[in-house]
Amino acid sequence: MSAILPPPERLWYKHPIDRVEGTWITIAVIWCLILFFMMVGWHIWGSQNLSTETYRTRPDQFMAKVQEMVDKYTVRKETEDEIPVVAPPAGADVYLLGRLWNFYPILELEKGKTYRLHLTAMDYNHGFSLQPANINIQLVPGFEHVVTVTPNQSGTYGLVCNEFCGIGHHRMVSRMYVK
Amino acid sequence: MSVSTTYRTCPRSGLQFEAQAEKLIKAHAFVAVVWLAIGGILAIGVVLTRWPSIRWLEADTFYMVLTAHGLDMLIFWIIFFEIAVLHFCSSTLLRCRIATPKIAWLGFLLMVIGSVMNNVAVFRGASSVMMTSYVPMMAEPSFYLGIILFAVGALIGCFVFFGTLVVAKREKTYEGSIPLVTFGAMTAAIIAVFTLLSGAIIIIPAWLMSLGLMNVDPLIYRTVWWALGHSSQQINVATHVSVWYLVAAIALGAKPMSERVSRMAFLLYILFLQLASAHHLLADPGVGTAWKVVNTSYFMYAAVLASMLHGLTVPGAMEVAQRQKGYTKGLFEWLRKAPWGNPTFAGVFISIIGFGFLGGITGVMMGTEQLNLIIHNTIYVPGHFHATVVVGTTLTFMALTYYLIPVLFKREMIAPKLALWQIYLFGFSMYFFCLVMMGAGTLGVSRRHWDMAFEGAALAYEWPGAAYLMMGLVGIGGIIAIFGGIAFVYITVGSLLWGKKLDDGKVSSSWTPVPRAAPTATAQSYGSMGFAAPGTFALAMVFLIAFVLYYFINWKYLSTLWGMS
Repeated sequence: MSAILPPPERLWYKHPIDRVEGTWITIAVIWCLILFFMMVGWHIWGSQNLSTETYRTRPDQFMAKVQEMVDKYTVRKETEDEIPVVAPPAGADVYLLGRLWNFYPILELEKGKTYRLHLTAMDYNHGFSLQPANINIQLVPGFEHVVTVTPNQSGTYGLVCNEFCGIGHHRMVSRMYVK
Repeated sequence: MSVSTTYRTCPRSGLQFEAQAEKLIKAHAFVAVVWLAIGGILAIGVVLTRWPSIRWLEADTFYMVLTAHGLDMLIFWIIFFEIAVLHFCSSTLLRCRIATPKIAWLGFLLMVIGSVMNNVAVFRGASSVMMTSYVPMMAEPSFYLGIILFAVGALIGCFVFFGTLVVAKREKTYEGSIPLVTFGAMTAAIIAVFTLLSGAIIIIPAWLMSLGLMNVDPLIYRTVWWALGHSSQQINVATHVSVWYLVAAIALGAKPMSERVSRMAFLLYILFLQLASAHHLLADPGVGTAWKVVNTSYFMYAAVLASMLHGLTVPGAMEVAQRQKGYTKGLFEWLRKAPWGNPTFAGVFISIIGFGFLGGITGVMMGTEQLNLIIHNTIYVPGHFHATVVVGTTLTFMALTYYLIPVLFKREMIAPKLALWQIYLFGFSMYFFCLVMMGAGTLGVSRRHWDMAFEGAALAYEWPGAAYLMMGLVGIGGIIAIFGGIAFVYITVGSLLWGKKLDDGKVSSSWTPVPRAAPTATAQSYGSMGFAAPGTFALAMVFLIAFVLYYFINWKYLSTLWGMS
């Protein structure tokens, strides 16, 4: 019962290591190194890396930019609330905000084109969960996160808030179109 | 220094309990089980509401119940039990008096007051902010104050533990180094100090913010909060791994394969676990790539390495002990002939396997910078942490409780058959629960969400049928696990109330010194030249293959996503 008794050797760090343990340590260290190089390698060879471009922002400041885009590129309105559907040109800066309890506006992007997507939350933390692609990004108030995206499949995507934001959280769901 | 106290030697285990420490351990363990029972009742509400075809509670009640479930289980049940384990690993294993028992009781009192205050705030309904309480969403001031008082109490418990180590050393109740289990508990206590101080750094400002006295930046809150939130899980890991070694020793007489490897692995926890909390921020704005990679890979993987070592050395030690008893046929006779009828052993073994395969692999997966994109805030996350915290920690603590009922509480366990059933039922239903939850998360289903059908939303998204099926299975698995939990509370509380009283054993006014472990010759016999645990090594290889396959499957899945840079 020596795990609950003081070790027999005076110097426990000289206790011998069995070959089972030694081999496993070697394998585990190699595996941990592979885990590390995968992350770094994906930045070099992979094409799904979350941007870290971030700016401080204020709700009014961000809203002004959203509104400018909405005024320019709205193609139609949807739902009783008349949420604008915005189709900005390829390569443009596009803006999307989350607030209690909706996303604004609805974006219509083109497949294979690249956009600079600016994201923020206006009040509490919100979540950007694009389904069924399953891309999940945190929206934090006060921070404008610029993510470069290239949609690779056309269709109607669901945009779900997946950060708890109060009683209307489950109603906070929107769309994104890719043509 | 002479202190008047008494020491009781348990006739069933040979363990020696000092009178004050014994009362403290009992009190902490009992209150822990009360919180487990409350958290378990709340789990019924959570499970039956997330089961899509039932959706039992209204939205506001659901979020309130979910907040309380998180706090009561993850913080109050586990930390109360952990302080009991700390006092056990210091005072009982080192056979010494507990340091400053009055202050230890003060700590206990603060923990009780804090946890009750926090729960009262939650059930008043205006503090449904989830366990994470991300600002600027605000709870009532007493919500934060409750957590602060609780944390101060827990911190006192940790310092009483350190003090007790000093007492044992000074009064020479043992020779040489402290036992491995106490060493593991010490790493848990050190991590706890870091964790609780991080908590103070952020919960005190949040409390002041709720009083309207200051403003806290949402991103700073998230960053520092996770130094509390994640590190507190590392207290659990260090504690339950210590209990694994403890149970291996008491159920099988197992010795650590190598003191050096096991202790170094515990040290890795102290050195590297805290910074791993960065992996909670992988989908956040404002944190740099290098910071994410360094913290989640270099630091987290050094800690992952430690868990991979414990995952081998605990069953390895069991295998060596079994082989010495003559169970040497083939690779796995030692495992087939293990005491599967002993709930304490069975619980720990189910915990080890589940923690590694379900909790460990998935934790590394979602802690990978890019892979986090397909996981963040989906129900995969609670799937993962129920595998680590419930299968890992809670199941281990349940198993230990069954051992402590006769030894510490001096009661014969009522319904020992049921206790055995309880362990298997609870363990395997939690396996299933975690798996289907992670299945639903892979399909994108959100965590902390009242209604996956988005009632009342004009642009509702229609989840695939498989996601509904998975969430239904989560409901079924959860309900079975809750029955397992009810059985545990019934057996534990029932044994204390109606179990046959067992004799105290010899009471003496002085301690008997802790004997040294068997001489080194036995250690040498399976020392550096042997291959002492081939069965465990084979299991480890199965684990590695599962790990590698699952890891690369997820990279494959990620590569089909939209291009992002």
